[in-house]
Amino acid sequence: MRWFRLKHVLLLVLDTATPAITAGLAEVSVDGEHLLAERVTINARAHGELLAAQIQDLFASTGKSVTGLSAIAAGVGPGPYTGLRAGLVTAATFSLALDIPTYGVGTLDALGAATSGDVLVATDARRREVYWGLYRDGSPRTPAGVEKPADLAPLLVAEGIAAGVGEGAQRYADVLGVSVSDPLYPPALQLARLAADRVRRQAPSEQLTPLYLRKPDAVEPSTRKPVLT
Amino acid sequence: MPEEPLVLGIETSCDETGVGIVRGHTLLADALASSVDEHARFGGVVPEVASRAHLEAMVPTIRRALSDAGVTLHDVDAIAVTAGPGLAGALLVGVAGAKGLALAAEKPIYGVNHLAAHVAVDTLEHGPITEPAIALLVSGGHSSLLRVDDLTKGVEPMGATIDDAAGEAFDKVARLLGMPFPGGPVIDRAAREGVATIGFPRGLTATRDFAEHRFNFSFSGLKTAVARWVESREAAGEPLPINDVAASFQEAVCDVLTMKALDACRYTGINTLIIGGGVAANSRLRAMAEERAAKHGITVRVPRPKLCTDNGAMVAALGSHLVAAGAPPSRMDFPADSALGVGTIAV
Repeated sequence: MRWFRLKHVLLLVLDTATPAITAGLAEVSVDGEHLLAERVTINARAHGELLAAQIQDLFASTGKSVTGLSAIAAGVGPGPYTGLRAGLVTAATFSLALDIPTYGVGTLDALGAATSGDVLVATDARRREVYWGLYRDGSPRTPAGVEKPADLAPLLVAEGIAAGVGEGAQRYADVLGVSVSDPLYPPALQLARLAADRVRRQAPSEQLTPLYLRKPDAVEPSTRKPVLT
Repeated sequence: MPEEPLVLGIETSCDETGVGIVRGHTLLADALASSVDEHARFGGVVPEVASRAHLEAMVPTIRRALSDAGVTLHDVDAIAVTAGPGLAGALLVGVAGAKGLALAAEKPIYGVNHLAAHVAVDTLEHGPITEPAIALLVSGGHSSLLRVDDLTKGVEPMGATIDDAAGEAFDKVARLLGMPFPGGPVIDRAAREGVATIGFPRGLTATRDFAEHRFNFSFSGLKTAVARWVESREAAGEPLPINDVAASFQEAVCDVLTMKALDACRYTGINTLIIGGGVAANSRLRAMAEERAAKHGITVRVPRPKLCTDNGAMVAALGSHLVAAGAPPSRMDFPADSALGVGTIAV
């Protein structure tokens, strides 16, 4: 990395663990993070199409060159599988081509980072479930989980949690009994902040492991059905 | 662009993560990671299992291909990737990964057709394709007869399966005989020890099928006929001649495939037949096609078995063919298209 010659380095941030396709370009300096530009499209079915085009647009609009990148931070979920993979494989091949490190960032952590007090962070896990975590003053209190909103509600009552962020909290606000505020999707600036320390200390590159939190749906075949009946 | 473009191709349409590198018609690397063992206990490919495996295998497989070819990404003229047809979630890993690679390395990208790539791969074995040609593409997901006039522009479908793909029939019959997935190689091996003594039906070859289904295939009835034969033997308490059943089933499949492919050659007056796809690795199909084609003065081109099954080299081969022909690259926002038609060679 170029700390000795430059005052700041260029970080590409990606998150595709929610219906938002998020790409951002940030400068990380010794004393802070500055978001140069971000591109966000809400479309649960277009991650594979739009992410690369958004990244291309980020570089074109800021006049920065891809070869000027120093690191990539990607949201590792939890999130629905296909979209999540689009972001992680993009980050991985970028890292390979440019020989720069990748850092994983929790998608729920980015959503909860700017909250204060006790908050539920929840995203849509499809199949009428949410990916969720509890946060206090921006930091996680629980590991990320996946649950039906109705099964999660008693815990929220017991914990006295009445505030939520994230599109999953919004979607099931009635069942969860929370009042929902922004952000609904992980903000690019928070993704950058969560990786910034690792960028500054030039931490080793990380394997980006997706948080699916569920096993693939697959059943072993039963004995075959007879055709002679 | 050079006459012999150096292209890196990525294939993830099913359960193989393939990364190939070619220079013109020369194969430099063909790296492959397969999740087939993870699917075996389910008796078929589980899309989500395949997609997860593609993500894990992508970067290591690209690294291996570059190292095998002794080139760097900087040397490469273009990136090619299977845009479809195939499993949607599996395709998307390859498409997104290829886009990332192309963007970061500042290379043009070509989203290409998987079936056309199965045709193009033969250039690595036998040099430039003689056009026009008839192509028979047979795998676990496809069974098609195509007319290839210009591989850079599009191919014309002449016929396809109306139910099971040929490779699917191999998988199902293997399961019926208590053999593991995938069925193709195990049935091929068993058949070599057996004799094709049982007259199983040849789908869509009756005179009444001629008008509507002359170049179409059907393997569902054959599979059921094998099941009936096996069950009636079991019900009678007689031993099952597994090798003979395998040989007889395989004979029926190969008979129909070669019969219809050669009929397509005769019908069009085209005397080159290219066979590709996983089932083209079947030893009986290769032998029967050679033997029958020779009688009709038709040249058969079948790549070596490793190039018949899904791989990245075939995608690179088609990409190189397109680059050399001056075809425009794809836009960065092209989608993975699970139902991409053979009329579209590049998106």
